[in-house]
Amino acid sequence: MRWLQRLIGARRMAYVFLLPNFVFFGLFVFLPIGINVVFSVTGGTALFPSERPYVGSDQFAYLFDCGSFLDPSTCREDHFWRGVANTAKFVAFQVTAMVLFSLVTALVLNMKIRGRGFFRAVYFFPVLLSPVVVALIWKWILQRDGLLNAAITTLGGQKILFFVDPGWAMFWAVFVSVWAHMGFYTLILLAGLQAIPADLYEAAEMDATPRWRVLTRITLPLLWPNMIVVIVLALIKGAQTFDEVFVLTGGGPGTATLMVVQYIYETGFASQVQNFGLAAAASVVLGAVLFVLTLLQFAAARRKEI
Amino acid sequence: MRAVKPVIASLVLSLLSATALNGPASAETTTLRMAWYSDGNEGEVMADLLKRFHEQNKDIDVVLDQVPFKAINENLPVQLASGQGPDMARVVDMGGLSRYALDMRPLLKDPGYWETNFGPFLEWMRPAGDTQAIPGFMTQLTVTGPFVNKTLFEQAGVAMPSEKSTWEDWAKAVKEVAGKVQAPFPLALDRSGHRFYALAVSQGTKIFGANGEPDVVDEGFKRAAQLIYDWHRSGVMSKELWGSVSGTAYRGANDEFKNAQVVMYLSGSWQTAQFAKTVDNAFDWVAVPNPCGPGGCSSMPGGAALVAFKTTKHPKEVARLMDYLASEPVLAEFYSRALFVPGHLGLAKKGIDYPTASPEAAAALKVFTASAASISPLAFQTQGYTNSRIIFNAVISRLGQAVSGETTLEDAEKRITADVAQQIAERNKK
Repeated sequence: MRWLQRLIGARRMAYVFLLPNFVFFGLFVFLPIGINVVFSVTGGTALFPSERPYVGSDQFAYLFDCGSFLDPSTCREDHFWRGVANTAKFVAFQVTAMVLFSLVTALVLNMKIRGRGFFRAVYFFPVLLSPVVVALIWKWILQRDGLLNAAITTLGGQKILFFVDPGWAMFWAVFVSVWAHMGFYTLILLAGLQAIPADLYEAAEMDATPRWRVLTRITLPLLWPNMIVVIVLALIKGAQTFDEVFVLTGGGPGTATLMVVQYIYETGFASQVQNFGLAAAASVVLGAVLFVLTLLQFAAARRKEI
Repeated sequence: MRAVKPVIASLVLSLLSATALNGPASAETTTLRMAWYSDGNEGEVMADLLKRFHEQNKDIDVVLDQVPFKAINENLPVQLASGQGPDMARVVDMGGLSRYALDMRPLLKDPGYWETNFGPFLEWMRPAGDTQAIPGFMTQLTVTGPFVNKTLFEQAGVAMPSEKSTWEDWAKAVKEVAGKVQAPFPLALDRSGHRFYALAVSQGTKIFGANGEPDVVDEGFKRAAQLIYDWHRSGVMSKELWGSVSGTAYRGANDEFKNAQVVMYLSGSWQTAQFAKTVDNAFDWVAVPNPCGPGGCSSMPGGAALVAFKTTKHPKEVARLMDYLASEPVLAEFYSRALFVPGHLGLAKKGIDYPTASPEAAAALKVFTASAASISPLAFQTQGYTNSRIIFNAVISRLGQAVSGETTLEDAEKRITADVAQQIAERNKK
């Protein structure tokens, strides 16, 4: 490598090392993004971009043809907007629950309690499972003849059809998602808690500061950068939710748990007429939202540096 | 250098002689790929037949790719669109894939045999406007029809409605039975547009307008949709099937039926082998003719065809294999061992023996074979229509929303019309 460095100079060597990854990302990330954009402005059912008629912004106009964006039933492509509304609802509940439970769990696991290592492992374990496995396990528990209904009937109650009631279906979608991913966010917060200097707590103890005040004046402000990371990551992951909810509820009942990514999958691949153009347009919209969320993360990270 | 030359020369010579001895034989072996899904044991039977074919035709090797049904519906169309599909596949959406089908006429031994025995079904596989092509043959003819848990009727002390009874008669009876024996599913209909049309045709829907284009929501359709809607409201049907998933997702009630939770299950002939195996002696079950309505008592025909694709690089070999598999003795063995209603007119006329079938399965196959003989021409036309699955999918997606209470039946019907028009327009976009 020295001969190359001599030939092109030390600064340019950095680009040589970047090249393999750049080629990899170019082929498998940027090129598909480009193809997706091409598909979003073309129509028909042909697979090759060259065979697809150019339709301009028609797919986007079709997606955004709404009487009121707050009422999906007034939209021409109502399933897309139902997906948007469900995803927004899911993200709102899931992120709130995720941050809350992860924070409480991290605070408890940061205390000097017996079996702390064991509990940390228990909370992290679901993160290791595939989302499909997680969904299948919970489906097994929640179905008509599942474990939960068996317990309810043993206690003298009536079976509950969890996947038939829209409210229950959304609740379990959020619950399962929080159960499966909480360990990961707990770990981030736990790392943040352990990075807080111990002398701050010692000083507070010497001043006989109440525990609640220690939490709100020392722990939470110093943990805030980690909280931002957790919130933004959970937001992005929540907006991309598909596999767990798809396996658990199939998007039903009706379209009560249909998420945007499921809409994209069904429009592009599962429906009879595989409408790649419309699916691509919807994924461009989702991509734009995720881009904004990523910018938020960058902004938050910059604030943290200041 | 001189010493090396003879070594190279002898190596080249031995290589050439090896090619002369072994080369042509191995070069002439053609490998064909067949994508195949199974509901029951038909994959095993096909593998057996292919093995026998290879013994008689050493120059053709067939690889049977056994895939899930979902892969046939979702992945195969993309594979074919990219020109990377298999040489043949067992497909259900014959109309939708007809543009990729190979016309084997010039390659077949006797195209007349195919016309005579598969004639009405060949129309299902042909691209719109083509009246000549021979792209494949039916691996089975399916007929929709209800399976009834006879034991539950007996336990409840309710008389089973007779042949030619209406849907309403059956709905009343199964509700009564379910109430008495505490069965959670009085009536179960697969969440499938095809199954819905067994009801809709009997309610008198015409499906097509005067111009031959789809005019889905007519009076007959509305009657059928209203029945589905009302049955969910009154508890004749449980929301767990139609109301628990979204979009075009298929949801059957096989598991619920074999666990004796369903009194009457509208599915079809392809379930016979499965129930014969899974229900065994747990309870008595029977297949009954399709219930009736103002439009008659017709079942919906359907089935799966083994179709050759024009992207194949070995059309002659494909045709040779198809000739073998579609021949009367081979196909008779296939139908007989797989417990399928024959999709071959000659064999249907002669009748198929099912020596391996249990008494229940044999009786069910008799009922389904009789139902096949009285299918309405409209049902055949619908099944053969290129865009039929667009209609089927729009229907279940929107009725599912109405059933789950997300929208009104009226709005669902409006959406069905719009969805069908939009998807056909997209498909026709060039």
